[in-house]
Amino acid sequence: MLNLIIVIAVVLIIAVIFTAYRVTTLVDVVKKDKNKSHVPSGNSLQGALMIVFLIAGIAGFFYFSMKEYDTYNLPIASEHAVVTENLFWITMAVTVFVFIVTQIFLFGFGWKYRYKESNTAHYYPHNNKLEMIWTIVPAIVLAWLIISGLKQWNVVTGPAPENSEVIEVMGYQYAWAFRYPGKDGELGSYDFRKIDAINSMGIDLTDQKGHDDFMPAQLVLPKGKPVHLKIRGRDVIHSVYNPHFRLQMNAVPGMPTRFWFTPTLSTAEMREKTGNPDFNYELVCNKICGKSHYGMKGIIVVLEQDEYDSWYKENQENSFLKLNPGYISQVPEDLKEAAKIAAGIENIEKEQKVTTAASSF
Amino acid sequence: MSVTDIQLQEDLAHDDHHEDHHEQGFVSKYIFSTDHKTIAKQFLITGIFWALIGGGLSIIFRLQLGFPEMDLEWLRPMLGQWITTEGKLDAEFYLALVTMHGTIMVFFVLTAGLSGTFSNFLIPLQIGARDMASGFMNMLSYWFFFASSVVMFVSFFIETGPAGGGWTVYPPLSALPQAIQGSGLGMTLWLVSMALFIASSLLGGINYITTIINMRTHGMSFSRLPLTIWAFFITAILGLLSFPVLLSAALLLIFDRSFGTSFYLSEIYIAGEALPNVGGSPILYQHLFWFLGHPEVYIVILPALGITSEIIATNSRKPIFGYKAMIGSMLGIGFLSFIVWAHHMFVTGMNPFLGSVFTILTLVIAVPSAIKAFNYITTLWKGNIVFTPAMLFSIGLVSFFISGGLTGIFLGNSVLDINLHDTYFVVAHFHLVMGSASFFGLLAGVYHWFPKMFGRMMNDKLGKLHFWLSFVGIYLVFFPLHYIGIAGFPRRYYSFTSFETFNIYGDLNALVSIAAILTFAAQFIFLFNFFYSIYRGKLAPANPWKSNTLEWTTPRFPEHGNWIGAIPKVFRWPYDYSKPGAKDDFIPQTVPYSHTPESNLEHENELTKEEDLTGVEKAN
Repeated sequence: MLNLIIVIAVVLIIAVIFTAYRVTTLVDVVKKDKNKSHVPSGNSLQGALMIVFLIAGIAGFFYFSMKEYDTYNLPIASEHAVVTENLFWITMAVTVFVFIVTQIFLFGFGWKYRYKESNTAHYYPHNNKLEMIWTIVPAIVLAWLIISGLKQWNVVTGPAPENSEVIEVMGYQYAWAFRYPGKDGELGSYDFRKIDAINSMGIDLTDQKGHDDFMPAQLVLPKGKPVHLKIRGRDVIHSVYNPHFRLQMNAVPGMPTRFWFTPTLSTAEMREKTGNPDFNYELVCNKICGKSHYGMKGIIVVLEQDEYDSWYKENQENSFLKLNPGYISQVPEDLKEAAKIAAGIENIEKEQKVTTAASSF
Repeated sequence: MSVTDIQLQEDLAHDDHHEDHHEQGFVSKYIFSTDHKTIAKQFLITGIFWALIGGGLSIIFRLQLGFPEMDLEWLRPMLGQWITTEGKLDAEFYLALVTMHGTIMVFFVLTAGLSGTFSNFLIPLQIGARDMASGFMNMLSYWFFFASSVVMFVSFFIETGPAGGGWTVYPPLSALPQAIQGSGLGMTLWLVSMALFIASSLLGGINYITTIINMRTHGMSFSRLPLTIWAFFITAILGLLSFPVLLSAALLLIFDRSFGTSFYLSEIYIAGEALPNVGGSPILYQHLFWFLGHPEVYIVILPALGITSEIIATNSRKPIFGYKAMIGSMLGIGFLSFIVWAHHMFVTGMNPFLGSVFTILTLVIAVPSAIKAFNYITTLWKGNIVFTPAMLFSIGLVSFFISGGLTGIFLGNSVLDINLHDTYFVVAHFHLVMGSASFFGLLAGVYHWFPKMFGRMMNDKLGKLHFWLSFVGIYLVFFPLHYIGIAGFPRRYYSFTSFETFNIYGDLNALVSIAAILTFAAQFIFLFNFFYSIYRGKLAPANPWKSNTLEWTTPRFPEHGNWIGAIPKVFRWPYDYSKPGAKDDFIPQTVPYSHTPESNLEHENELTKEEDLTGVEKAN
């Protein structure tokens, strides 16, 4: 149906163009002698259309911006977002003011100074004072915006606070992987050569710190505590992006990056706030990365601190090494015992013995 | 090369002495021509061809974005395997579409189509020269562009499809065929095409610069150059300094792709294996790319601004306001454009201190841009405005330049860019300020100089219809994208259905797509007007817009060599419109001050003593 409409529309448009063209040429031929001025007829109409466009445009702009405010303006959920949001709307106020004023002048002058036989244009080649004003005023306003921006930029990109929760995020075609430091609170090192189908993040098991690292399927964050994301890419560049947190940093292969922020609203609170019981913070890939770029989604869950602590405790029992005990072979001989303890593998073996014993009855 | 030049000289000498010139053959007149006017038309027609392709591609992906449910089976005859068995656009081909749309529009339409056409056409005509410094290099410049076009066009027809890593072709995505099909042969062709394009651009640029410096007619000092020429001059310098850097970036990418080097690749695990490359940096590529990429956006916009300056002054019947400030701001923009590139890279993980520096420099570049906008508006003030289609497109350009420029203040501020980077806000920003504004500059230029190019007039009414449909259409396409961008929609997404957050604005996206289709359709009005008028348009008067510049002193159909007889001398700046005391509301540059005592300013009366009037006819 839509196809048919498109075809009809195209045919109609072509027909309209040809008719309009024929009519105007014929009219021009008739009018030719009357119109001796070099100014084509309909000059004032063009000026009037500018005013129509100006008014309709500004009205539409304000109407839509106000009506849709809650739709395009996502609720924010991090500490620095409050400040950047403020700066965003200050910048918006300044630019909208300039936008409206200059467009009014542009189209208004178009109408007001449209060609009239009796008029002569005003020979006005320059005015240094005027030009100084509109060099200096924008410079001052811009300087103010820059300074406010850079102050916050330094905070956002500055070192993460000491007490931050350190979590590793890795992007790969077309999903995200997360790694938490486990009991020892420190992430083990990684090596891209160690990556395989199971060890998807390339945890280097020769490093003791990695023996208790665990890799949950979702990015779980504590509310109200600074989170320090260590970010890397496995194959091509990805970008860790979430608009609610005002969070974005590229995930680059071969060049680890970082971003820290403090979530201020838990997922539960956000569900209440948006009135959407299914609301989830989503981790968006925002750097073109291949065919399924548009489907590269991760789920971010923000929990209250106590919920987070119990979640953490529960999950640190599922260390990578424990879930994949075969990898113990990559651990150097002298560290094996310690690794088994760190990863909680002893327990597994015991449990397994119990279960096998139970089943043999 | 020298042989051609000598032949040209002889040709002209021949013309000067006898009126009978020997007729050139078809091939040397229309195909391998060294006449700057013919080369300009070649660039223009090729540019129009590419604009249709580039625009058409955007319509296909707008259908996908606006109507994700739509059955695209009817595109199968054209797209073949890129339509999936379910009648949907292939997601990978979608990326190829946006990549090629960007590449074509930025390089082939708005660089070659705009600079190539108008620098070639206007530089000799407006500075008073018979032709470019080297007609042969100029011809090569077109044919390199043509070869580049052929290679790029061919890449559409290969099995793995054209390049698909975005027009910026960031490695590793663009370096690894495992990552995306388009990074196979398609990317190789893209790189070859761009290398040829860069050669074309350099051949052209060297010629423009040399011609402007060396071949100005008597009296045409730099302070009397039309602003178009200033714009082309600065543009050519920018291109000359920045395109070689793109070539080097492309070469290193070629090495990485084909010869196993690791300039941009490091620690990559893909398709089940760890690659041997270590030590490279993908960010290095981005620095190199944007070192061209940012000047490139000014290479695209400056000629449009130059054209607009000329058209707005002529049709307001007023001197351009602040001629020197206009030149100064273009020089400022030109210089600053080289030291703002990393504002495209705030969230790449580069040192945040660099981010601070580039934020400051970026917002500094807003100042000369603001000056230009204010000066255009002041030029309209108390004018006597004639709305030719060219004038309408110029006013539209100023409107776009302001709308799109202001959103740059958000994006240039690094801390705001964190959230806006790579969203539709960016798409809206650059499509207005650089895409649509320069496109309008191109159209304004065509409407304004068509009478000089083809000796005939384009239809005025159709031109105006074309303007209003395009102008309203473009705003309807790009303005809503700001809202979509503020809501966080990422660019280069095939569909937004995977994300709950982006489960809004289906209706707005549909509106944008409909507006895009209508705007694209409106361009056929132009095409009809353009080609019809070449053959059937009204014959053009000598100076249809009552303009001051030199090109209007040539015959209606200028031969190779432009002027019959001597090249006219120049005695004044090009913006003496509505000068108090003058008989007409314009005084061409060829009129000496000593002929216009009634309108001379004080310092101009001084100048009359030094004027060399030999060979100047007393007008009226």
